Parts: sequence; C-alpha cells; structure tokens
Amino acid sequence: MKVRAILRDATVQVKMLIKHPMETGRRKDEEGNILPAHYITEIKAVCKGDDVFRAEVGPGVSMDPYISFAFDGANTGDTLTISWKDNKGESETLDVVISGA
Amino acid sequence: MGISRRHFLKTVGGSIACATLAGVTLPGSVMAKGGDDHALSDNVNAAVKAKYGALPIEKSDRIQIKAPEIAENGAFVPVSVSTDLPGVTSISIYADANFTPIVASFDILPKTRPDVSLRIRMAKTSNMDVIVKAGDKLYRASREVKVTIGGCGG
Amino acid sequence: MRVMFFLSVILFGSGVSYAENYNKKVEKDIEEFRGFFMEKFPGITLDDFADGVYAINDNARQQWIAIEDFPPYELDLEEGERLFNTPFANGKTYGDCFPDGGAVRHKYPYFDEQRKEVITLEMAINECRVANGENPLKYKKGDIAKLSAYMAYLSHNKLVDVRVDSESAYEAYLSGKEFFYSKRGKLNMSCAGCHMRYTGRRARSETISPALGHPSHFPVFRLKWGNMGTLHRRYAGCNNNTGAKPFAPQSEEYRNLEFFQTIMSNGMHFNGPASRK
Repeated sequence: MKVRAILRDATVQVKMLIKHPMETGRRKDEEGNILPAHYITEIKAVCKGDDVFRAEVGPGVSMDPYISFAFDGANTGDTLTISWKDNKGESETLDVVISGA
Repeated sequence: MGISRRHFLKTVGGSIACATLAGVTLPGSVMAKGGDDHALSDNVNAAVKAKYGALPIEKSDRIQIKAPEIAENGAFVPVSVSTDLPGVTSISIYADANFTPIVASFDILPKTRPDVSLRIRMAKTSNMDVIVKAGDKLYRASREVKVTIGGCGG
Repeated sequence: MRVMFFLSVILFGSGVSYAENYNKKVEKDIEEFRGFFMEKFPGITLDDFADGVYAINDNARQQWIAIEDFPPYELDLEEGERLFNTPFANGKTYGDCFPDGGAVRHKYPYFDEQRKEVITLEMAINECRVANGENPLKYKKGDIAKLSAYMAYLSHNKLVDVRVDSESAYEAYLSGKEFFYSKRGKLNMSCAGCHMRYTGRRARSETISPALGHPSHFPVFRLKWGNMGTLHRRYAGCNNNTGAKPFAPQSEEYRNLEFFQTIMSNGMHFNGPASRK
C-alpha cells in the first residue's frame, strides 16, 4: 500500500492506495466457477497511541481501494500507522511519517 | 515517485481552470451540490437499521456529497462525503442497487474530521445514500448517480 | 538547423536539403491536422488536448481529476520501477539498454534508417530483453505496460518531436496516415471518422476523444480494463469494436499508425502514464 500523510494548517490529510482485488465473491471465471470473495473488511489508523480512523469496508469499495481522510492533533514528524484486514485474515501494516505541505 | 497528477496538471496545459484540491473535498466544484430529494429504499432502510438500530432518520442539508452525475465507470466512482453537523460519530455510505447496499462505514473519532473520500462500486444507476450519526440522531442525504454501459470497449 | 539550411543553400544552390523536404511536407500535414481540432474546440490549448476527452467534457474531467489525485496506476509505477531495476539472469539491467535511467520514452517511436522500420518503446523493451537472454513480454498488458508506464513517467513533460528524415521514413508515415483515414471492417469506420469528425460527440454513451495527442498519455490505466494497457492494446480493441480485423500488437500496421499519430502530436508534451475511463 502507498500512503501520503501531509499536515496542512492544523489538519493531517491522509490518502491511501491499497493493492487488493476486492473480489466480491459473485464473479465467475471463464469456466463458470465462482471467484471466491476476497475483500478488505476493516482499515485502521493510529497516531500517538490514539485511533484516528476506523472504517468498515467491503465489496462495494473499488479494487485497489483508495481512501482519503483527515484528522487533527498531530505534527510533522509524528508517525501514523495504517493497517487493514481482509475476510481471509490477511493483513498489512505500514508506518508513515507525517510530512509538511 | 508518487508526484500526484495535480502536479502534472499544473505543469502541462491546464488552461481550463481546475479547482484547487484543498483538503479532501473539492469546494464549490460542479459536483459538490447538496442532496437530491429521495426517500431511502426499503433495502437501504433495512441496512441502516441493522447497523444503527431503529433510530429516527431526518433529512439534512448539512451533509455535502460530491459524486458524479454520470459515472465514467461503475467500478470506480470517486465520491466524497463531509458534514458540518456537530457531534458526528459515524458516517455510512450506501448504494441502493448494489447486492450489499452498505458500501463503507466510518467511525468519526474525537480526532477524526467528518470528511472522507473514496472510490466505490455502483452496480447500476441508483442512489448513493449517506447516513450521518450525530448525537442520538441519524441524518441522511442522497445523490443519484447514473451508471451507463460504455459503448467503446476493447 | 538554420546553419545547415544556409549551408545547403550555399553548397547545393537549391532551396532545401532532402531531409528537410520530408519534415516540411509532414509539417504541413501537422498544421492542417492541428488546425482542424483548434478550430473545432476554440479555447483549448494544444497541450490540453493531451488530456483527451477530459479537455472537452466537464463531468468526465471532474471524475478524472478526482481519480488522478491518487490514481490506481501508482501501484503499477512502483512495480515498473522495480522491474526496470531488477537485473536479468546475466546480471545486466534495462539501464544498460536505455540511457538516462530509462527517461527515453520521448525518443520513441522513431524510424530506424538501417532496419527501415518504425521502432516503438515496447518493441525496444523486448529487444533489450531478448538481447540479454530473457523471454520477450506480451505486448498488451502486464509487465510490458508497467515498464512502459515507468519510462513514460520519467519522460513526463518532454516534447513530442518525431522526425521524418528519409524517403523510407516518409513512406512509413504515409502508411500510418493511410491507415488512419481508411474505412475498415463491418461498420466501415475509419479512425478519422470518429476521432476527427465525431470528436466530442457520442458513440452510444461514450464521448469520442480527439486524435490530436492520442499517443501522448500512453500507456493508460483504463478503468474498464481494471489494469494498465499499451497503445497497441487499445488499437486492437478499437478495431475489434468497429468490426474490423485487429492487427497484432507491434505489427507493422500499428507501428506505422503510432508513427503517424505521434507525428501529428509533435509540439505537444508527453504526459503519460494516465488514467482513462
């Protein structure tokens, strides 16, 4: 996944792009077999010990999810930890340092 | 690596005015209209109840939705939702005609701004409904998004 | 260039050297071609046309801008960079074939005077692979598109300036030009029919893009494909859709077409890779 976290005025703007098929579980392959559901179910962001973002997502979110959010109470140089989990139990975590605009 | 397109747009052409992307929503752009006047479908109502319980739902013009009138592609519909209602604790997005109406739900925590953008899937032309929980109440706003079948594949 | 011009006047007593002749003929075509679009869409600058439909349709443009803020192809770009820097089995890398760290997209396509054919970037990528003992990549999508995307990204904003310096090059140009203007297939449509005359109007629910600047932003992440694809992938798809026989990617026909189309975009700037509908 790729994450950009930029401090603008007093707010941190966060944009993330996560590589994930977000397979709905309703598509079929060429032979007519159902492609099993494989999608991210939750995304979280933590900064300085506090949850600053929590999302429940599912197959309604586009492939290679792009999500953007904003939060207050942090500074450039602080670390933001983004993590996600999917319905198969797979997960990924990434630390990014908040940069200035 | 990772220079955004906005940087490109500034350096190549761009004589057509582009709205400056301040924050995560585009203020004052063509798409940032208020809600349409649609009642929630039974489908969506049921999904809202499943998540929030049987709270009363009130229409609100303090929820801003940015979504295309006609989606370029139903698999990648860029949308933004924000609200200036006070005391927001949750924002949920529904697409009425999707197999599973609920698309995403965001907990608005003490430090979180009630302002999100994402790309969603819309199976076909339908309403995108937004529910905002503020205090003990639910507020709603909607936008119709048209989804067409493209003519030029390949 | 000026010095050479005067030198050739002095040396040969005639107006213009042979190389200039072809470029001058082509320049006339470019002016006409460009003029057609500038007249059809006043208020749009030459470089704006590189944004295709997004220069002429506001609803589409708004969505495109939203997507380009963090486009899906950024993941492919990362992968393209990784591929470019990964050594072949023999220890060499693409950097040994392509100078400037790979920022050479703007040097393609070009007419190779020895081989007497048009060389495209994708073709050069595979020739680099084969020369180093690797298998060639398939030409429409996958790794070829990611590598091409990375190299296009490095050449962002470089000038489109394809030369036609010989009779053979001019013939390849004319061949591409003929392809562009010829009707073909069951629907009996030509590239020009849609992408000149019908630009901005609709084919079913699609708004037709202007041919001016067509190759500048490739390879593209097409939302419809859900992945990255090359110019020739699009050529084949479009031919297929109009009921015409698609040619093989990197066939002579498509390379000459790319040659013609890129020349018609001379004076613009490369702005790939890009997101498209």
